Amino acid sequence: MHPVLKLVVQRIALGLVLLLIISVVIFLGVEALPGDTAQAILGQSATPQALENLRAEMGLDQPALTRYFHWLGGILTGDLGTALTNKADIAKSIGSKLGNTLFLAGSAAVIAVPLAILLGTIAARYAGRWPDKLISAITLTTISLPEFVAAYFVIFFLTQVFPIFQPVSLVLPGMGFWEKLHAIALPVIVLVMVVLAHMMRMTRAAILNVMQSAYIETAELKGLTPMQVVWRHAFPNAIAPVVSVVMLNLAYLVVGVVVVEVVFSYNALGKYLVDHVTKRDLPVVQAVGLIFAAVYIFLNMAADIIGILSNPRLRHPK
Amino acid sequence: MSDKHNQLDWMIGQAKKGRMTRREFVGRTTALGVSAALAGALFSKAALADEPVKGGTLRLGMSGGESTNTLDPALSASPAPFSILRTWGECLVDVSETGTVEMRIAEEVSSNADATEWKFKIRSGVEFHGGGTVTADDVIATLKRHTDEKAQSGALGIVQGISEMSAEGDMVTLKLASANADLPFLIADYHLIIQPGGGVDDPAAGNGTGPYKITSNEAGVITTFEKNANYWDSTRGHADGVEILVINDDTARIAALQAGQVHMIDRVDPKTVASLSGDTGVVIERAAGPGHYVFIMHCDKAPFDNNDLRMALKLAINRQELVDKVLGGLGSRGNDFPINAAYPLFDETIPQREYDAAAAAEFYAKSGHDGSPIMLQVAPGAFPGAVDAANLFASSANAAGIPLQIQVEPDDGYWSNVWNVAPFCASYWGGRPVQDQMYTTAYLSTAEWNDTRFKNAKFDELLLAARGELDGAKRKGLYSEMATILRDEGGLIAPMFNDWVEGRRAEVGGWVANPQGTMMNGFALSKCWLTA
Repeated sequence: MHPVLKLVVQRIALGLVLLLIISVVIFLGVEALPGDTAQAILGQSATPQALENLRAEMGLDQPALTRYFHWLGGILTGDLGTALTNKADIAKSIGSKLGNTLFLAGSAAVIAVPLAILLGTIAARYAGRWPDKLISAITLTTISLPEFVAAYFVIFFLTQVFPIFQPVSLVLPGMGFWEKLHAIALPVIVLVMVVLAHMMRMTRAAILNVMQSAYIETAELKGLTPMQVVWRHAFPNAIAPVVSVVMLNLAYLVVGVVVVEVVFSYNALGKYLVDHVTKRDLPVVQAVGLIFAAVYIFLNMAADIIGILSNPRLRHPK
Repeated sequence: MSDKHNQLDWMIGQAKKGRMTRREFVGRTTALGVSAALAGALFSKAALADEPVKGGTLRLGMSGGESTNTLDPALSASPAPFSILRTWGECLVDVSETGTVEMRIAEEVSSNADATEWKFKIRSGVEFHGGGTVTADDVIATLKRHTDEKAQSGALGIVQGISEMSAEGDMVTLKLASANADLPFLIADYHLIIQPGGGVDDPAAGNGTGPYKITSNEAGVITTFEKNANYWDSTRGHADGVEILVINDDTARIAALQAGQVHMIDRVDPKTVASLSGDTGVVIERAAGPGHYVFIMHCDKAPFDNNDLRMALKLAINRQELVDKVLGGLGSRGNDFPINAAYPLFDETIPQREYDAAAAAEFYAKSGHDGSPIMLQVAPGAFPGAVDAANLFASSANAAGIPLQIQVEPDDGYWSNVWNVAPFCASYWGGRPVQDQMYTTAYLSTAEWNDTRFKNAKFDELLLAARGELDGAKRKGLYSEMATILRDEGGLIAPMFNDWVEGRRAEVGGWVANPQGTMMNGFALSKCWLTA
């Protein structure tokens, strides 16, 4: 078997084992939270009688182990079950929300990744001079703002001072592509602000690191322009660290943006997960938790594989 | 003189356009020498002078919606599902903004002399969205479903008191286990939406008789409605369509109102009210409701089993300071019983308890408490501003020499681990339509939610006597006596009643403040219209 193919298969198998372990961890984590679903749903209006009824109906009176394996069996047969709280079909609920999550993350990534790499390259090319300092100052400022503060700034300037966009990012099934894009403009701006600096700094650092090498000196002595040196000789060797940071940020865009979702009332997975954690709705928490874990594992795997493919020494091991 | 008239005309014009609140209008007109009563009447006339405008899409932005919500009326609890429910469904009767019973699906209500048997005549020709008209059998099936413990209805406590239900033609007869003069108020509970066949087959179908039909529903995100063309009452349902958007973030909700993305929002943070006053497109609406924020002591646990200590704590809280600082002035002082002027038969002559450090210190000394710290458990989510309120309480109590200390708990798990468990903690009550229901829910010795462990035989006796008493004046006297007992002996510290503070666009017509509940008691979409 080709070493790269073997590696990919190994990674996928390892990923599946990881997912199984994660499902146990999520299950135990939710079990360890104070109170249970019945208590969380009834809140201040819980009476012993009502609690008992609700628990029996939801099957919460079964032992934890039974519930776990019952759920695992469902997942393996493609049945995510129904939410304990509102009896909605989980697979169906997740479908549209996952689409929205990916749409938002994708839109932000399409802008943020090329922009970060471009800015990082420029910063490396002019390291220590004013373009570098300006780019670093701006991106470090935007990453230092907590997301909700950045969101409030954007809302204030782009819906109140200059009313170009709507503060609530309402995306409905019947909307066209451009209409949807207009609706999510504000969260996209916030997310780009948040993820830009990390990727930009990494690109800059990785390129500067490579620039110390002897072959760069050779390239310069050949008479190449500084930008040619950076693009043709330095960047290809800086890909591996940049890709791993890009993947981390992509994963963050998919799983970590619940604050942005709440501020803009965006209908996506993060808010769906948090709502159900509050209500201790185990089947939903586990299903969404697994999806998020899978996203993380997949993106990290992709980063590893791209890193290997970009490095001839790893691509052709002795 | 003519100048005064011009000013008055201008103000009436502003009121008509909805640009001035009643309070502002009365304040400014009385400054011109108009009597307060006349000013109030002028305002009502100005506000009502507008004819409803038909058409348009009215949008409401609500807090308290989650993707875990369902359309099942029995399980509806938070503000967004409440407004959704009110828009597609209807009860037998409603409680109006003046605290009277308003006929809806029932067109007549009567009782026998001792209030143990009630008859509801069902209006003919009221159609369900899914087809068919409301029959007495639908009504009975609905009430029966809520009595089934499996339905987990929030109205279980109300319908449990009905011992027998029967239908005859268009007449529904309910026999009660014990007399209850308030039954129509209880039947107005928002969970008791009439559903075809009682909604037994599919409780979350959203099939009701309301002025708008559901066209799409994504829990915790948006619910859209279209006008119900066959609606029986022409005074409601003016828009072509309505939408309820869930916007849980306070700042985003206000931004959406200011940007005009929604026309009305609930729960405006009192802290932001002042900053909104410069925006002429937005009107802030207030209603003094029955909701209140409380600190509750278990009367059966040391050291709170000592009434002198309880009294010391009641005297050691500065109510006015809490109203001013925690509610931003948008509320009123409480008097250690759960009733205020929002309730029918409220006795306003019961003296208001004031902050009195000297008297508090005296009661504290008399209680013989050993001086160990008295712990008050509180979480940010116990009520908005709960931790601030608790800190203010502690500092005024410490000034009286009472060693009150705050223990801040996480929101997560607060209602299961602290409330109704810890002997002294912060909580809130949303209020109930009538006094009997409020007292029965939480202060009767046998009440399941007796979160102060208040057990008083005399109080129970008075409550049962008042329930069957059809003479209003006598009932008022009984309630007053109960309030006094609870105020002086209970475990409840009720420092403040919070107003409903809500916002609407100036172009929304037909707004009438309703103390019974949030968003005109849930009827904002049903009753309001768009003027532009």
